[in-house]
Amino acid sequence: MPELPTGLRRVKLPRLPELSEPEVVRHFTALADRTFGVDTGFYPLGSCTMKHNPRTNERVVNLPGFRDLHPLQEEDGAQGALELMWRLQEILAEVAGLDAVSLQPAAGSQGELTGLMLMRAYFADRGESERDTIFVADTAHGTNPASVTMAGYSLQKVGTDARGNLDVESLREQVNERTAGLMLTNPSTLGLFDESIEEVAAIFHDAGALLYYDGANLNAVCGISRPGDMGFDIVHYNLHKTFSQPHGGGGPGGGPVAVREMLEPFLPVPVVAREGERFGFDFDRPKTIGKVRGYYGPFGVFVRSYAFIRTYGPRLKEMSEAAVLNANYLLSRLRESYDLPFDRLCMHEFVLSARNLKREHGVSALDVAKRLMDYGFHPPTIYFPLIVPEALMIEPTESEPKERLDAFADAMLAIAREAAENKEVVKNAPQHRPVRRLDEVKAAKRAILKYAFDEHPDLSGEPGAAEAIEAQKGA
Amino acid sequence: MAAEESYPAELKYHAEHDWARVDGDTATVGITWYAQDALGEIVHFEPPEQGSSVAKDESYGEVESVKAVSDLIAPLSGEVAEVNQTLLDAPETINEEPYGEGWLIRIRLSEPSEVDGLMDVDAYRKLLEEQ
Amino acid sequence: MTQLPFLSLTERDREEMLASVGVASVDELFRDIPKGLRFDRTLDLEPPLSEPEIVAHLSELAERNAHTGRELSFLGAGIYDHYVPSLVDALLARGEFLTAYTPYQPEMSQGVLQAIFEYQTVICELTGMDVSNASGYDGPAVTADACYIAKHTTGRSKVALSEAVNPQVRQVVKTYAPGFGLEIVEVPHRDGVTDPDELREAAADAACAIFQQPNFFGCLEPAPDLAAAVSEQGGLAIAYVDPLSLGVLEAPGRYGCAIAVGEGQPAGNYQAYGGPHYGFLAARSDYVRRMPGRIVGETTDLSGKRGYVLTLQTREQHIRREKATHNITTNQTLLALAGLMYLSWLGPQGLREVGETCLALAEYAKERLGLPLLFPEQTTFKEFAVRVGRPANEAIAVAREAGVHPGYALRRDYSGMEDALLVCVTEKRTREDIDRLAETLAA
Repeated sequence: MPELPTGLRRVKLPRLPELSEPEVVRHFTALADRTFGVDTGFYPLGSCTMKHNPRTNERVVNLPGFRDLHPLQEEDGAQGALELMWRLQEILAEVAGLDAVSLQPAAGSQGELTGLMLMRAYFADRGESERDTIFVADTAHGTNPASVTMAGYSLQKVGTDARGNLDVESLREQVNERTAGLMLTNPSTLGLFDESIEEVAAIFHDAGALLYYDGANLNAVCGISRPGDMGFDIVHYNLHKTFSQPHGGGGPGGGPVAVREMLEPFLPVPVVAREGERFGFDFDRPKTIGKVRGYYGPFGVFVRSYAFIRTYGPRLKEMSEAAVLNANYLLSRLRESYDLPFDRLCMHEFVLSARNLKREHGVSALDVAKRLMDYGFHPPTIYFPLIVPEALMIEPTESEPKERLDAFADAMLAIAREAAENKEVVKNAPQHRPVRRLDEVKAAKRAILKYAFDEHPDLSGEPGAAEAIEAQKGA
Repeated sequence: MAAEESYPAELKYHAEHDWARVDGDTATVGITWYAQDALGEIVHFEPPEQGSSVAKDESYGEVESVKAVSDLIAPLSGEVAEVNQTLLDAPETINEEPYGEGWLIRIRLSEPSEVDGLMDVDAYRKLLEEQ
Repeated sequence: MTQLPFLSLTERDREEMLASVGVASVDELFRDIPKGLRFDRTLDLEPPLSEPEIVAHLSELAERNAHTGRELSFLGAGIYDHYVPSLVDALLARGEFLTAYTPYQPEMSQGVLQAIFEYQTVICELTGMDVSNASGYDGPAVTADACYIAKHTTGRSKVALSEAVNPQVRQVVKTYAPGFGLEIVEVPHRDGVTDPDELREAAADAACAIFQQPNFFGCLEPAPDLAAAVSEQGGLAIAYVDPLSLGVLEAPGRYGCAIAVGEGQPAGNYQAYGGPHYGFLAARSDYVRRMPGRIVGETTDLSGKRGYVLTLQTREQHIRREKATHNITTNQTLLALAGLMYLSWLGPQGLREVGETCLALAEYAKERLGLPLLFPEQTTFKEFAVRVGRPANEAIAVAREAGVHPGYALRRDYSGMEDALLVCVTEKRTREDIDRLAETLAA
């Protein structure tokens, strides 16, 4: 053993758990028991596409040829992996109606940033670097404006009209030679297809700007309408939403991007290319934006999503049809008891408002969400999109049978009745979870972000806020 | 404990729900009862640096609840003469005493005439009614 | 047509549901899509496969990959073939972990929240830092994130980057730099390590400087001197570290670094052709409000019982939007959870033993190979560079014919290293394996 130079050798060992293997297994099994997944029950979290995650995916991703393959293995020793990536690229391009795909981005938000960097490189190449503004809808996920800032662009917000479409008139006035592009989710976070999208695309394209498609809601339109045909020039997919990569308690995801031909030279390196029967990486791309993450992207996610898509093949459309039918059916059952801010057929999700319950009984969207837990359901997304007060954003996905949707609808209707007749049971929910409502004010003010061993404080004796407050969320 | 709703008559008000207590060429500023109520329990105050300059109608800092962030808008222009250090450890003081111990900063005014452009309490109450 | 396996509605369900909606057909549900935008053909994809067909097809693809169970591998260079214990596979397969979403509703997600809290604790313990986030995409991406923190906390825009940092990391940092408003200055290595005086000079007016420990060549940097050099210039010292080295090598928090980042893969994740893995990012408490991504905190419920929630969320995109500290939302929780399980299984002594084993085996390999070292003056950890006396890619090709992957050709990233091979020895390699490598390279 070599002597390590002074100052480099670790003096005090990290205080890791010191447990026997049986105790480690029990510990994590106990934690699993206190976690609710799609496998546990209905999880209608709007904007997150909580669909069934087939176990076949897990079997194939654990094949040694995928699991134990080193990313720097020579290309002739990775032909199967390269072919899988190439095939996935081809499939994704067909689904989006675009020309070229990079699988590299690790998640939707990294895909967004990649897309914006592609725009930047494209305009710089054309000598149009004065284009510095990106338009984002007021219904957008928070990632959109955050990505705009991180890409070094200025943000311009666009409003929503009375039907839930983009405000075309304001776009007509504001889009100009300084505009780089638009970021849009279609269907929108309201679960509505933007009826003016052709007009919107023309406004941006006529001004020389580009359109970016946030693929968060792609589950509504696979094989039904393609972003490329709608006029979008760049698309990101969420493999963990549309194509069944399990969400894993927060990740991993996959956020490939597809682009129109003129943007292809700028894609991240390397790109997977096919030459006859051989597959390989193309690193020689002088106009590339560079690398957005290590190696080639989240390969294991590609294996799962590829397996999932191959199960459907050309029948992928039936997946989206079932998702949209499920959402519309659920909406038809709930519309009498909750406010519906935009009364249209929905796509794969819909947004209700609990403002009627709030106004009449003082029961908020948060209360409804917490009470649903007592009925054994994961709550929908709440307080998003921001333009709908007391929002309840519900996405059932194609996985659910009618019986499950009915049980959920029955619970939602029961809660609406409880709000009127037995409000306290709603306000005090949940009662049947491992913990009751948590004190988020205390958590933020006295931030305890790791275990402090002997010095670990005991919060239970401290006075806390009387009522827990839940943060709003985007997906 | 959150304070009772009130809007003292001796203060000047800004449309972004800030108040100013002017004393010669110095003003003590804070946020109104309405602003702190809309935000909920405040868990963090991000102050400007002492000695930095602030401009009327522009942001000089932030306050946060667990679910929202709010820019602090300067009602008057000048230099930051003092930051309320109490709030760094006890930001909830803003909820408890929005016009007293919950003041945010003191500004040494560079344009004292701007005071004339602020609202009196009646005008501010009228603004609140319209919201 | 046959029923698709992941769909649940029967024909009768569909009819009842359409009636409830008040439309005549599924097609009518899409009437808001303008006519010209309705896709008028069938997706040009290959026919559906049954589950056995899927498994057969993917097995055939997997079969064509030379994985580390087939070739005796000494490839490292950032992704490592360390042992992943069985309990990680078994526990990660629990559907509750696998199929849960981000724990925005804490009452539904106490288990995963507590696991993230424990992960944060373990990362802070490894790195000697005060606060860790719930994971980032990978090592390269979290390094770029650390630069973004440095920019905002120092108000400066220069990043000094040691050339002995993994090229994957450097490329990613450079990609994000223009959007982040950063300018990158690279500092050359001297005989395989970074020179503190050169780093000090490069770090003048810099927001931060980044070095790797052990560095890309496997050499141990004079890390405390590098950190001090950066701090003297008022910038943030950022160390990119290998988690499995931290049982034998000092924690970055104990030699003056402001932020520690790294690729979590060596601790608990398979190689998986480069992902998904997890990047860890830990910092001193001064930087907590600029941290990207989710953070879990401890609190109590209404009855005073201990519980966990996502906290300090006003940093994040769903609240602060364009002013957020980052756009990240989906992270790498499941992979970070694997890391936590692995480290819980290993324990502190186990971590030290793995590190010492790697160190000892690498020394044995250096001696046994008998090839000239590229940087003979330096102490190394689990990797070292040798000169093979011919273009390294040729040596690799010949060795692979014999079923041995001898390492990484440094010429892929560095000029003047035509014959340099970066050899990695993890605790999974035996002395016999190393003997076989030596014989293969000598042939």
